[in-house]
Amino acid sequence: MISLEWVSDYVDIKEEDPKELAVKITKAGINVENVITNHIENLTIGEILECVPHPNSDHLHVCQVKVNENDIYQIVCGAPNVRKSLKVIVALPGAILPGNFEIKKSEIRGVESNGMLCALFELGLEEKTEETYNKGIYEVDSSAPIGIDALKYLGYTDTKYELDIHKHRNNDCFYHIGFAYEIASILNKKVTLPPLSYKEDSDSVINHFKLEVKTEKCPYYLAKMVTNVEIKESPEFIKKRLISAGMRPINNVVDISNYVMLEFGQPLHFFDKDKLKDYVLVRDAKENEKITTLDGKERILKSSDIVITDGEKPVCIAGVMGGENTEVDENTKTILIESAIFDPVSIRNTASHLNLKSEASIRYGKGLSYEYTNMAIDRACHLLEKYAHATILKDTVKHDKVDKTPKIVTFKKDDVNTMLGIQIDTKDMEKELDRLGFLYTLKDDTFTVTIPSRRLDIDPNVNDIAEEIGRLYGYQNLVSTLPKVSTRQGKYVGDVKIRKEISKRLRTLGLDEVKTYTLTSPSMAKLFCYENKEAITLPNAMSIDKSIIRTTILPSLLNTYEYNKKRNVKDVCIYEIAKTYDNEFNETTKVAILMKGNYLINEWQQIFVKVDFYLLKGIVENLLDYLGFKNRITFKSEEIDSLHPGISARIYLDKEPIGIIGRIHPSIKKEEIYVCELNMKLLYNALIKPIKFKEANKYPEIIKDVAFIVENTIDSEMIKKEIIRSGKRILSSCDVFDLYPEIEKGKKSIAYKLTFKDPTRTLQEEEVMEIFNTIIKNVEHAFNAQLRDNSI
Amino acid sequence: MKEKLEALEQEIKEKIAKAKDLKEINELKITYLGKKGPINEFTMHLKELQNEEKKEFGKVLNDLKTSITNEIEEKMKYYEELEIKEKLEKEKIDITLPGVKIKTGSPNILEHIIEEVETICMSMGYDVVDGPEIEEDRFNFELLNIPKGHPARDAQDTFYIKEEEILLRSQTSPVQARTMLSAGGNKPIRMICPGKTYRRDDDDATHSHQFMQIEGLLVDKNISLSDLKGTFDVIFKELFGPDCEVRFRPSYYQFTEPSVETDISCFNCKGKGCSLCKNTGWITVSGAGIVHPNVLKNCGYDPKIWSGFAFGFGAERLAMLKYGINDIRTFYQTDLREIKNFDRREKNDD
Repeated sequence: MISLEWVSDYVDIKEEDPKELAVKITKAGINVENVITNHIENLTIGEILECVPHPNSDHLHVCQVKVNENDIYQIVCGAPNVRKSLKVIVALPGAILPGNFEIKKSEIRGVESNGMLCALFELGLEEKTEETYNKGIYEVDSSAPIGIDALKYLGYTDTKYELDIHKHRNNDCFYHIGFAYEIASILNKKVTLPPLSYKEDSDSVINHFKLEVKTEKCPYYLAKMVTNVEIKESPEFIKKRLISAGMRPINNVVDISNYVMLEFGQPLHFFDKDKLKDYVLVRDAKENEKITTLDGKERILKSSDIVITDGEKPVCIAGVMGGENTEVDENTKTILIESAIFDPVSIRNTASHLNLKSEASIRYGKGLSYEYTNMAIDRACHLLEKYAHATILKDTVKHDKVDKTPKIVTFKKDDVNTMLGIQIDTKDMEKELDRLGFLYTLKDDTFTVTIPSRRLDIDPNVNDIAEEIGRLYGYQNLVSTLPKVSTRQGKYVGDVKIRKEISKRLRTLGLDEVKTYTLTSPSMAKLFCYENKEAITLPNAMSIDKSIIRTTILPSLLNTYEYNKKRNVKDVCIYEIAKTYDNEFNETTKVAILMKGNYLINEWQQIFVKVDFYLLKGIVENLLDYLGFKNRITFKSEEIDSLHPGISARIYLDKEPIGIIGRIHPSIKKEEIYVCELNMKLLYNALIKPIKFKEANKYPEIIKDVAFIVENTIDSEMIKKEIIRSGKRILSSCDVFDLYPEIEKGKKSIAYKLTFKDPTRTLQEEEVMEIFNTIIKNVEHAFNAQLRDNSI
Repeated sequence: MKEKLEALEQEIKEKIAKAKDLKEINELKITYLGKKGPINEFTMHLKELQNEEKKEFGKVLNDLKTSITNEIEEKMKYYEELEIKEKLEKEKIDITLPGVKIKTGSPNILEHIIEEVETICMSMGYDVVDGPEIEEDRFNFELLNIPKGHPARDAQDTFYIKEEEILLRSQTSPVQARTMLSAGGNKPIRMICPGKTYRRDDDDATHSHQFMQIEGLLVDKNISLSDLKGTFDVIFKELFGPDCEVRFRPSYYQFTEPSVETDISCFNCKGKGCSLCKNTGWITVSGAGIVHPNVLKNCGYDPKIWSGFAFGFGAERLAMLKYGINDIRTFYQTDLREIKNFDRREKNDD
């Protein structure tokens, strides 16, 4: 939150409309999310012309209040300090006070009242405490003109910006002077820093304590001492500004430390020097070391935290919160001021493990500039001298390991122009650098720029300079060009291509594509463990439902099925292609299919192509044929986890298992649901032959049908293989065309249609019969099969 | 004879006239014109006659035969046509009854928008590549100029598997690093990578712990921010129509410098201001910028020679904007009825 009234101390924005300024700032890169102006309608300054006791009350008064040139309002008031001739803040009917409290015409104990005389706390400008309550209504100075906007007159019409700052700029735009620099560069104005001077006492800090820093995590530590401090209320402007920034005024000393922090972004810590001894030791905390912080809570520290100690016990968790034992109170006379830099990562970790995000830790966590550490301590001394009558001891105790090398960038104007793709000439570029407040020299076309230390975000390279110049110059001034690069057609690379091909084919085959979550629950992860792979369990999962990285997609498809079933979508034919992982981080992209219900349907015609094992098998075969694996795929009956033991198979490409297919085990789902999962990586890696034109056969084919009676345990595929083997070169295809289960007890009949052809000549019946008889003999022999007589 | 013939002619013609259908006509044909029919019988008698008589009678007999044949054939044709007509009438169906619901699959809505972006980018020479979802810290953060301890890698937001070592990628940007490293620092690059990413967000209508990003990277020589703007012009005009305008706002990302946030003019209200664009006329669609020299250096490209731009879109965000979807969970708990709308071409060409 940035107060414009406050910023106007450092940069001239008198002529700027706050809303328009907000747009300019946003365009230059800092997003002003909200412009909040303190304004209350119908709040005016009035004068009490007459004040008489209320007839029906012992503490209320009835006042006649002049609210403008022409009008006198009767208002009932209960404040102890209400009296004739007093100038007051009047809330007229229609005014809406904080808390959405609307002022209306009313009657108070039988007397008409047309408004309210206000105290500051009623306007949200002070906290409501016993003290502020007892003060009564606010007494406006007697010279105030009647009838004008009260908040404006009292200086409370501040406009505040609520900023949404990217992490990079979250340090320099987080405090008023830093933000003033940003405005100054946008408006091309100069920044005036606040006074930092003070009178130094002849006594030196060195006489009073010794500093030692025994940790790498504190590169910079300044300490000064002030005495004769007079603790009291802060001056109005400090209180107003703290309230405006959302902080509660406490007393002049505490308020000054907060004020300087909001001004320079540098958190300060004030120790009561009398409670501290004459030694300050900054060191790493000891594991489980304890300290009670200012909020009265005991904190247990880790060895990665930093503490300020008096040589023995911790007196402050560095950068996070001070200790109760050295807290400044109303009796404090001597203060030790700490202005330091701590390792931002360490402070963030400490704040996070203690769950203690303080105004200080937020700022330390972003990183600080040593120049502001210097200025902040001087500024605090200046204010303490002025508003707490403090005596400032001379000299500063210092630990200084901070890198002060300035960041310098050397570049040519064209370096920036090439990067932005526009033409800014040397003069304009100089102008932009001036606006940014960057010091530079220009020699033979070469700029040498020194980055101010407050801009922690800027790295010394041309890109950063181009960004600064570009954003001020205005990105609306960029032209649209296309990269001057060679012409080429983009491709789907690697397994993206096969993924697209599979996806397209499966959609053609009538399956809908779904996307599901990679993270799954332990109970879902127990299903379909057909590969015996261990899954990864996330150490920092957000919930148990999403704590495991899946090794198979099938459980997620089951979820999608359930989701649709609940919504009364009964025919579900879906697929997903996604990556899966095992606990050795092996990545496998899988293609998963789930089918249930009807595949094809026309109810009134009684056409129902129901999903069954063979339909899914057909889809898988079609897909694999399409991918170039025709005649290389086999399905082997196998028991597979979570699948029906009699309706499941493992799928092989040549000799390599590439997936599974089957019906979901009835103990998991009673419904007939069929699933398949293929390992896409193996499909991608398998080599396929290029497509070649094959002329259709010109010579007549001879077709023979044959049926065998075999034991139920004999699979059709086994017989087919024997037929193909025995059929030699002239057998061109062999397809099952009939199945008769239980033709005899324990036996089935399978009929095959055999096609014989030779692409080079017309086959003779005799030679076909010879082969055909061999086939029959071989099958009979191999499977103890019986030729079904009427089949020939 | 003559009388007999006349009587026969009379008889046949009456019978033809009476014949009710093709079958009866056929029977008549066989009965009278067949080998054993009366006409043939008369013909047999013909040879018994004398020349002159034979000739005269022959002609009469022939005329009779022709005339009967014609009449029968005419009648046959009539009944044949009638029969066909009846048959066709019988075969008439109710063509308003519903057709068989042929099944074709639909893409997931996200895939739909991703393929659109892929098509546009591939036409500009970008390859579509892939990268791992379980990623090493150095690809996800370190090489992208986000060193350990940097606030941008808040452990609160990232699903770590092994602390500061292995994680579920929180962005698709690690694919930038992977692509550059495998290209070896001496070849130009144009690639996009649509992919899943994961962050520790609670799922609600606008947040999802899993979401799709589309990453883009171009590395070549003398690449400028204006080139990025021109490229975005092409992409967003293709996606949202020829009136779509692109605007850059300064922004900050760790792996690009300068960085920009990209707005497009609101396609809903044409920039006038509506609820979709929160009355600003503009919608934020992308973060992008010039590749940070440290990133180029980390990934083997000399920033003195090479430069480039990188961008990222949220696929869900684009789809939500384009199709008016209000809940991000729509994409991950697919109601199959909802994705059916995406099984068609989108629109006519502009």
